[in-house]
Amino acid sequence: MPYTINTPRDQQEMLEAIGVESLDELFAMVPEEIRLGGDLHIPPAMSEMEMTRHMAELAGKNQSTADSVCFLGGGSYDHFVPAVVDFVASRSEFYTSYTPYQPEVSQGNLQATFEYQTLITQLTGMDVSNASVYDGGSAATEAVLMSLAATRRSGRVVTTDTVHPEYRQILQTYLANVDTELITVAASDGRIDLPRLTEQITDETACVLIQHPNFFGSLEDVERIALAAHNAGALLIVSVDPMSLGLLRRPGELGADIVVAEGQSLGTPMLYGGPYLGILACREKFLRRMPGRICGQTVDRRGKRCFVLTLQTREQHIRREKATSNICTNQGLFALRASVYLALMGPQGMRELGNLCLQKARYAAERICQSERFELAFDAPTFKEFVVRDIDGNVDDLLAHAASQGVFAGVPLGKWYPDLADCFLVAVTEKRTQADIDRLVSALRANSRKVAASYA
Amino acid sequence: MRNTQSTQLLFELSSPGRRAARLPACDVPERPVEELLPAELLADQPPPLPELSEPDVVRHYTNLSTMNMSVDTNFYPLGSCTMKYNPKRNERIAAMAGLADLHPYQPEESLQGMLQLLFELQEMLVEISGLDVVSLQPAAGAQGELAALMMAAAYYRQRGEQRTKVLTPDSSHGTNPASAAMAGFDAVTVNSNGNGCVDMDDLRSKLDEQTAVFMITNPSTLGLFDQQVAEIASVVHGAGGLIYLDGANMNAILGITRPGDFGADMMHFNPHKTFSGPHGGGGPGAGPIAVRQQLAAYLPSPIVVQDGDTYRLDDDRPLSIGRVRSFFGNVGVLVRAYIYIRTHGPDGLRRVSENAVLNANYLLARVKHFLPIPHGDRCMHEFVASAAQLKTDRGVTAMDIGKRLLDFGYHTPTVYFPLTVAEAIMIEPTETESKETLDAFAETLLRVVDESPQLLHEAPHTTTISRPDEVQAARKPVLTWVAE
Repeated sequence: MPYTINTPRDQQEMLEAIGVESLDELFAMVPEEIRLGGDLHIPPAMSEMEMTRHMAELAGKNQSTADSVCFLGGGSYDHFVPAVVDFVASRSEFYTSYTPYQPEVSQGNLQATFEYQTLITQLTGMDVSNASVYDGGSAATEAVLMSLAATRRSGRVVTTDTVHPEYRQILQTYLANVDTELITVAASDGRIDLPRLTEQITDETACVLIQHPNFFGSLEDVERIALAAHNAGALLIVSVDPMSLGLLRRPGELGADIVVAEGQSLGTPMLYGGPYLGILACREKFLRRMPGRICGQTVDRRGKRCFVLTLQTREQHIRREKATSNICTNQGLFALRASVYLALMGPQGMRELGNLCLQKARYAAERICQSERFELAFDAPTFKEFVVRDIDGNVDDLLAHAASQGVFAGVPLGKWYPDLADCFLVAVTEKRTQADIDRLVSALRANSRKVAASYA
Repeated sequence: MRNTQSTQLLFELSSPGRRAARLPACDVPERPVEELLPAELLADQPPPLPELSEPDVVRHYTNLSTMNMSVDTNFYPLGSCTMKYNPKRNERIAAMAGLADLHPYQPEESLQGMLQLLFELQEMLVEISGLDVVSLQPAAGAQGELAALMMAAAYYRQRGEQRTKVLTPDSSHGTNPASAAMAGFDAVTVNSNGNGCVDMDDLRSKLDEQTAVFMITNPSTLGLFDQQVAEIASVVHGAGGLIYLDGANMNAILGITRPGDFGADMMHFNPHKTFSGPHGGGGPGAGPIAVRQQLAAYLPSPIVVQDGDTYRLDDDRPLSIGRVRSFFGNVGVLVRAYIYIRTHGPDGLRRVSENAVLNANYLLARVKHFLPIPHGDRCMHEFVASAAQLKTDRGVTAMDIGKRLLDFGYHTPTVYFPLTVAEAIMIEPTETESKETLDAFAETLLRVVDESPQLLHEAPHTTTISRPDEVQAARKPVLTWVAE
């Protein structure tokens, strides 16, 4: 009972004030026949020291990216997290507060959210942003649901297999119980095949969902895709990598109607998958279709600028079954981390960061492909990720061997793309040094040699 | 002593040429960007983000933080949200590199400690719920509800039954009907009776062969344990429906009773409430779901399974509804829940609920003399008072009282929820508050209800800002900063 405060004497006094004899009597409204007869069968309590030791043991059974070299990506990335981000997020006035229902005592959170929304619009070139949703996948899915309502078309949603496979799985799950057809267009050479895509966009299509850079790291021709979508009256939803936006044109300038992103890269560790940050921004005219919390500026009774949650009539606690979404929580703490991160980076920082990712990824790709065993799977230009084909077709052993050398060399693609079973996805962030890349190259080569040697 | 700097926006503090982050020089051979990427995809300029120094950023956010009330600084009796103390050991442990610096696509052999932890958490939640199988994937309680309702839809489809309705009590959280609608069901409201519990006649009249699920919050949002719950389950099951338990109020019944033992077929946990995950100014949460065996095949994939001495992710589950969340889920929240449960053990968890219920009843006993509690003398972990009489007599509303409490350093309780109580003031003290705090709060509340209506209407008087104009905010939305 490490955190309860009442002493036996307190308890006695409180029971007397209530007018009952025992703690047990307090539970009189729980019928006897459904009471748990004995103790829960869970392990006994641990002290802080025992707990710390136990958790260190569990942590020790993992091979973390802190003691390896990480080239894994696919939506979660090993970018550098500045100390200030951890410092701000560990202010307990931020992390032990909740949804700013009382603006008078939540101006810290509300102003931070207003700033987050502004930073996201600056980064994406969109008009408005919400206060965040769960993750990149839920952002993409909620954006699709927005498009159904905004276009009043529910017949069809068109996406492509260059969008993150897990995002598409979430979308499929969410659409399973509504009468909307999900069309997934196959890529050619790792990019969207525009004629093939255009063919699928009908006058019943609510939206086209793409990713840029796409799941394979390749850049898409967003402007022409936007035109194809808009010509049919469909919305264009673009899932972006926020780290690319110091270099690449912003999706708002390329014709996107809704922009979504996984915001983990903006100052959040990889945490084995979450919590992360779902970024969702759109053009002004879709504002009232947005899910989740939105913060707005107003004035108080004395005319002082301040911030409040607003447009709440979209939300579940007011509208119940007629709400735009069932989403209640946002990822406040991770929106805060992203804001601090962007404030530290500034425009020049984001540009330099983008350049470092680009240069290092290109260098890594060239170095890997110096071996005759490897080639790039696709020709399209890439940002920080690229797909490598193992001509020997032995990806599992190759990656397992590299991991045993302390190098997480890439994500195997066969699980999602059977025809890419001989390929893996390599991500190179600004954190990777030339020495790291050399280690990657030698871990991949060592395996070739080892395999060769074992047959010699 | 208030710092006027603190309310300037990042953008107003920006000055061209200022910088915080310095990146390392490029240590690989560098080529012009234009050679590497097509010109039409490149931005002429980087995005127009603010330009700040590191000290600027730190002072800005430190100042902002002081404008928040939080659990660490104030009593925060926000009903339904379980604002309990967030243990510092959880934060330190969860930040260990061996837990935090793990990529979701690492090979399973390199994740055995994490998978073991998650497997053990699944098992512990099975035990606490009294149900059979757990998925940790949903990212929040609302997503847990949605996933479970999608599972119900899949379950009935598989059985060849056409069921289109989900019933929710009028006192339920708004997420219940919203989730039902998103899962493709018609949400139908069931009324409460005079005791704040489910009106059995209304339930019976709305229950039919079209009913898929009855969603119940028990203890309810009124802080009452519905004693009819076994009967409700038998009526709903008798009509071929399923019972979903909204687990928002599990803090009242840990080790006392289990949802599986009172008839629930599916439920979600809110680990950020019950198991002390920090609320983070609005999130993250997590929403693990527990279900009976007959529904297990439909759970979102993957779940963690144990094969001898090793742990792995099982996603070969053909009847699964699929994914609702990318990667594994909100692992950071789950790690804290694991630490919390293992820190308490069976005895400790029961004492958490005993003390949560003791504190709520003690506060109720002190408050009931001057503020009516429409639903009786006893409660579970929270109770709902009503300012309706005050409003009639003196024009003082629940909001007035809530706002005035801010002046005394107390966070406002949840007000105007549940919708079934007029001028509702929903108070949840949690087990991590002392008798002294509860006494002081009760005395303050007693003082406040007697204050002049004018003083109360204009409250709060001592906070950073006074009451904001919310109508203007909604009428002409200003949602981003724009340079003047």
